[in-house]
Amino acid sequence: EFRRFSLERSKPGKFEEFYGLLQHVHKIPNVDVLVGYTDIHGDLLPINNDDNYHKAVSTANPILRIFIQRKEDADYSAFGTDTMTRKKNVLANVLRPDNHKKKPHLVISMPQDFRPVSSIIDVDILPETHRRVRLYKYGTDKPLGFYIRDGSSVRVTPQGLEKVPGIFISRLVPGGLAQSTGLLAVNDEVLEVNGIEVSGKSLDQVTDMMIANSRNLIITVRPANQRNNVVRNSRTSGSSGQSTESSLPSSTPNIVTNFLQGEEESDEEDIIIEDSGEPQQIPKAVHTSESLESLTQMELLQESTQNGFLPSSETNLNHSAGSINMEYEEQHPNHKSLEDGTIITL
Amino acid sequence: MRRFLRPGHDPVRERLKRDLFQFNKTVEHGFPHQPSALGYSPFLRLMAIGTRSGAIKLYGAPGVEFMGLHEENNTVMQIHFIPDQCQLVTLLDDNSLHLWSLKQHGGASELQEERRFTLKGPPGCPPSATQVTALLAHSSREVLYLGTESGSVFVVELPSFRVLEDRTVPSEAALQRVPEDYCNRRSCELVEALREHPKNPNQILIGYSRGLIVLWDLQNSQVTHHFLGSQQLENLYWQRDGSKFISCHYDGSYTQWPVSNDNRQPEPLENLVPYGPFPCKAISKIYWQTTKNGLPYIIFQGGMPRASYGDRHSISVIHGSQQTAFDFTSRVIDFFIIFSSEPTAEFDDPSAMVVLAEEELVVIDLKSAGWPAVHPPYLASLHCSAITCSHHVSNIPLKLWERIISAGSKQNVHYSNMPWPIDGGTNLAPDPPQRDLLLTGHEDGTVRFWDASGVCLHLLYKLSTVRVFLTDADPNDNMNTLGEDEWPPLRKVGTFDPYSDDPRLGIQKIYLCKYSGYLAVAGTAGQVLVMELNDEDAEHVVDHAEADLLQDQEGYRWKGHEKLKTRDGPVRFEAGFQPFVLVQCQPPAVVTSLALHSEWKLVAFGTSHGFGLFDHQQKRLVFVKCTLHPSDQLALEGPLSRVKSLKKSLRQSFRRIRRSRVSSRKRRGAGGNTSEVQEANAKFDQDALQEMELAPVQRKIEARSAEDSFTGFVRTLYFADTFLRDSSRHCPSLWAGTNGGTVYAFCLRVPPAERRMDEPVRAEQAKEIQLMHRAPVVGILVLDGRSTPLPEPLEVAHDLSKSPDMQGSHQLLVVSEEQLKVFTLPKVSSKLKLKLTALEGCRVRKVTVANFGSCRTNDYSENDLAVLTNLGDIQIISLPFLKLQIRYPCIRKEDVSGIASCVFTKYGQGFYLISPSEFERFSLSTKWLVEPQCVVDVPELTSNNHVNNRSGMENATR
Repeated sequence: EFRRFSLERSKPGKFEEFYGLLQHVHKIPNVDVLVGYTDIHGDLLPINNDDNYHKAVSTANPILRIFIQRKEDADYSAFGTDTMTRKKNVLANVLRPDNHKKKPHLVISMPQDFRPVSSIIDVDILPETHRRVRLYKYGTDKPLGFYIRDGSSVRVTPQGLEKVPGIFISRLVPGGLAQSTGLLAVNDEVLEVNGIEVSGKSLDQVTDMMIANSRNLIITVRPANQRNNVVRNSRTSGSSGQSTESSLPSSTPNIVTNFLQGEEESDEEDIIIEDSGEPQQIPKAVHTSESLESLTQMELLQESTQNGFLPSSETNLNHSAGSINMEYEEQHPNHKSLEDGTIITL
Repeated sequence: MRRFLRPGHDPVRERLKRDLFQFNKTVEHGFPHQPSALGYSPFLRLMAIGTRSGAIKLYGAPGVEFMGLHEENNTVMQIHFIPDQCQLVTLLDDNSLHLWSLKQHGGASELQEERRFTLKGPPGCPPSATQVTALLAHSSREVLYLGTESGSVFVVELPSFRVLEDRTVPSEAALQRVPEDYCNRRSCELVEALREHPKNPNQILIGYSRGLIVLWDLQNSQVTHHFLGSQQLENLYWQRDGSKFISCHYDGSYTQWPVSNDNRQPEPLENLVPYGPFPCKAISKIYWQTTKNGLPYIIFQGGMPRASYGDRHSISVIHGSQQTAFDFTSRVIDFFIIFSSEPTAEFDDPSAMVVLAEEELVVIDLKSAGWPAVHPPYLASLHCSAITCSHHVSNIPLKLWERIISAGSKQNVHYSNMPWPIDGGTNLAPDPPQRDLLLTGHEDGTVRFWDASGVCLHLLYKLSTVRVFLTDADPNDNMNTLGEDEWPPLRKVGTFDPYSDDPRLGIQKIYLCKYSGYLAVAGTAGQVLVMELNDEDAEHVVDHAEADLLQDQEGYRWKGHEKLKTRDGPVRFEAGFQPFVLVQCQPPAVVTSLALHSEWKLVAFGTSHGFGLFDHQQKRLVFVKCTLHPSDQLALEGPLSRVKSLKKSLRQSFRRIRRSRVSSRKRRGAGGNTSEVQEANAKFDQDALQEMELAPVQRKIEARSAEDSFTGFVRTLYFADTFLRDSSRHCPSLWAGTNGGTVYAFCLRVPPAERRMDEPVRAEQAKEIQLMHRAPVVGILVLDGRSTPLPEPLEVAHDLSKSPDMQGSHQLLVVSEEQLKVFTLPKVSSKLKLKLTALEGCRVRKVTVANFGSCRTNDYSENDLAVLTNLGDIQIISLPFLKLQIRYPCIRKEDVSGIASCVFTKYGQGFYLISPSEFERFSLSTKWLVEPQCVVDVPELTSNNHVNNRSGMENATR
């Protein structure tokens, strides 16, 4: 069933309105649907919030092709920014998206149905041999699921090679968050926890730091397996025919802001029950000017300690790096160039 | 840009911080751990104690103390003061000698190591040739005589430690002219004792281990007399006039020998086995003290019948027909006698015996009838029963102080009135600025009250909670029940008694209100006692109440220990703190938190199951709250008791190890013994290391969840009069924090004083805060409108504190192990936080508000938080803005028991256990500092002082 209607490009309005409009046009007011569109590269992309709706409208050239599907029998695999097979017959994709029902090699569900659970960050500022992994504990019931141990690693010092004590990942719990991300592996050396170096700290100290940060854990590791490292210079690597230009500006800043909000949120979720009533989140107090001076200092303290990732997320804008789907990377080690900033996480 | 601005770089604040904070470890209280040597200088009237870790501590008059540490950390084997000098020589088990001096600096004396020396033999000789076994500091103050394992006596010049080879006494020289048959039986002897002639400094006695004793003439370098002992020699002692000496032996005998000028072969005057006729243990040291009335004191260590009393640690005193064998609960390290050291005095007239046992110092008054013990002003055995908790109360009102002292003095009637006999040096420290009490709870159910105001930690009063309960203490245990005719005449002395009747009696929490004299004490089996100070003995019934903390929970079974049985009917209590209410928690799990509000007459207590509030005025339980998570099976079954028993068995095995060590190092004459032990230890270490490498320690990284065990464990309880419901009316409230990061707040209604007995106290839960990081809540505090912590109960009533600001808005500070957070009240919104663990990997172990005064001006002081972390660091964090002020490393992070034992005072000092028997005192404040400050003056020497050879040292040769 095709419908054709017009929208004002300059005032697209909100996604909900648009969604309502679609339901109205199709006369399916109470049916949940998935909305998708084809972008300039011929990829079928979802529309499920204001941002990607606006994006879709602004990139329509001039026709915006919208596909809607009933949610029950939706084919989630149809969506995706990167399906190499699909690239070959873009047109077929666009015209007959059903083709892809056959053998989706990667099942990617709708972003709205989940929250990010892990990402690699700061690729641009870290040495290539290091990897900074962020695990989002909130929003998932999975245990973090890993163990660390003492060990020794070899460092290059002015005096030559030197054995120094280090902290290593000793075990991944099957089914745990750490294992399911594929970003951490046994014998990876832990270098930093949330921007704080672990050298000189004891195993117990590092354990405590990790547990204290468990709701938003950022671990910098030197992977034991150095073959899957992200190569920074994306231009030179082969198959970078992705829509980096289009997706980066809009999505990366989102991550950055999410970062900070997430950081704050995850701590401020303390709950209060007043007079045996309903549990509520404890709000932040509005600061009086009296305590402001000290507050800024407090925040400064925090900022300076977050050093490890805060400035880096700013630079993300300029370099092409962001969160990438590590599972994907693991499966396609040859296509390391996949550095667009879209939020595709498992 | 902003992030380049570092916090806390305000120069004004930095300067102020320097005026407020300063870290010092000031003094060690208690009894040195593992003492190994004792020395005494009658000239300085100072006593020195050496330890197995290489520490050396000098004690004189109360407040006079010095401490030194050998770099090697080796066991101190012997300590000898140089006669008439402020110097002493120590011998370590690595055969090194160390010369220490007391030097004056800026009016106060300091103990310094001057020089070290190890005796070296000619090349090629075995190490035993120079292994020092006996040491004599000669009264000439110029030389040391060193007896060795090979039998030679070397002479070393002081203070240069130059060996005077021409004056060496080889064992061959000593054996010249010895009758052949005697000589053949005994060769290769080590020097067991060296003693200078009391009247003639040119003669010394050399005692060889196989029994031969030689009087050696130093001037002519020849033997004056041979004394042919037939038993293995242990020690020697001169009679004061030099006409006789006494030798003691391995078979438990002692022998008197005459010393005359003729050339006859001396024969023993008397040979006695005091506890014969059955085989006896060695007498390892003996004193012969003359008195005016003619009857000498013979005092010796050991000699007990081997079969029946061989395990006793005894020192016997015989004076005429009086004979007592003082029986010590731990091994006797050494002892000395304090006697008249005036050279002109004709007799020794001993006044006191000072015994260093492994776990305590015991001083016996030899002048008073019955030879009572003297109460030592320092070196208290903190660990007479293991310390289970401590509580510090600053600035005790004089009235309460006097009442506690008077209660304590009634307990000390059996002590001698003799002034403390070791009284050298002068204490220069100013009088302590205030009266401070340190209360220690012990495993045997006692609470000890220590005067912690000054340098000498002094026992004021001991409270026992045992009387309330029925225990199966073995009445036969008492060793003092021996009848008159018992032989040997043993008498148990000392207070060290590590064996608890019942571990459930152990004290876990103490809370004393210094204004009202109310004391709450809680223990291992869920018992909570509320006590009142009474100046008279009294007999009364203790009211009982049960608090069922599991009230709503069904189907759980407590598998831990049972509650203690209580005595029925009235119980007699001696003057002092007398219990009047017992609240028994059910299940009887260990009490983990306790708070007392003396003004509202309420006591709150918490265990791993929940918490309760008891009105001790009406003797009524106000409410209980179960904090248990349904899945927390562990807490219900009582694994704490399992942990406890494991700890106990560990302790027992350690005891066993310690015993075997003690016996193995009994005699070092056995040669390679020590090195064998060391080898074995090294091997063990290596094995342990290898094992570690095979199976590395790993730690699980997992976010805390509500299902973790022990989330219901109540960690802290706090009373506050604050705004809980609305900002117009404040009311009494009770706050509780759990291991799972939950804070409960209860609104209390306490009837006014005139209707206090008529209306019940009511409580209603008003708030419950769940910290999402779920770390244990270790501290709760309410700050008033001026951001000052609320005063203690009755503090305002006693005009000792400004009344809190009830106009401005109050704030709630919640300290978890990981974060410090400030919330507004009454509407809870988060205001500030400091994430300690996330940033530094350390966790909060102890937290207290401390008041810091400026050392520059008297009118500035501020309240800060003193925080001890699991890394052993102390951090000072400002209030109310939670800014880290300063951090000091204090305790080694491996020293878990040290960290667990730490207690802060209200004025920025603190204590922690450095061994089971010693508290280290530290200060974070520039203003409040308690440290020894003393001077030892060299007493005036008369010009022809060399007559004074009697003042030669009482050395501790074994």
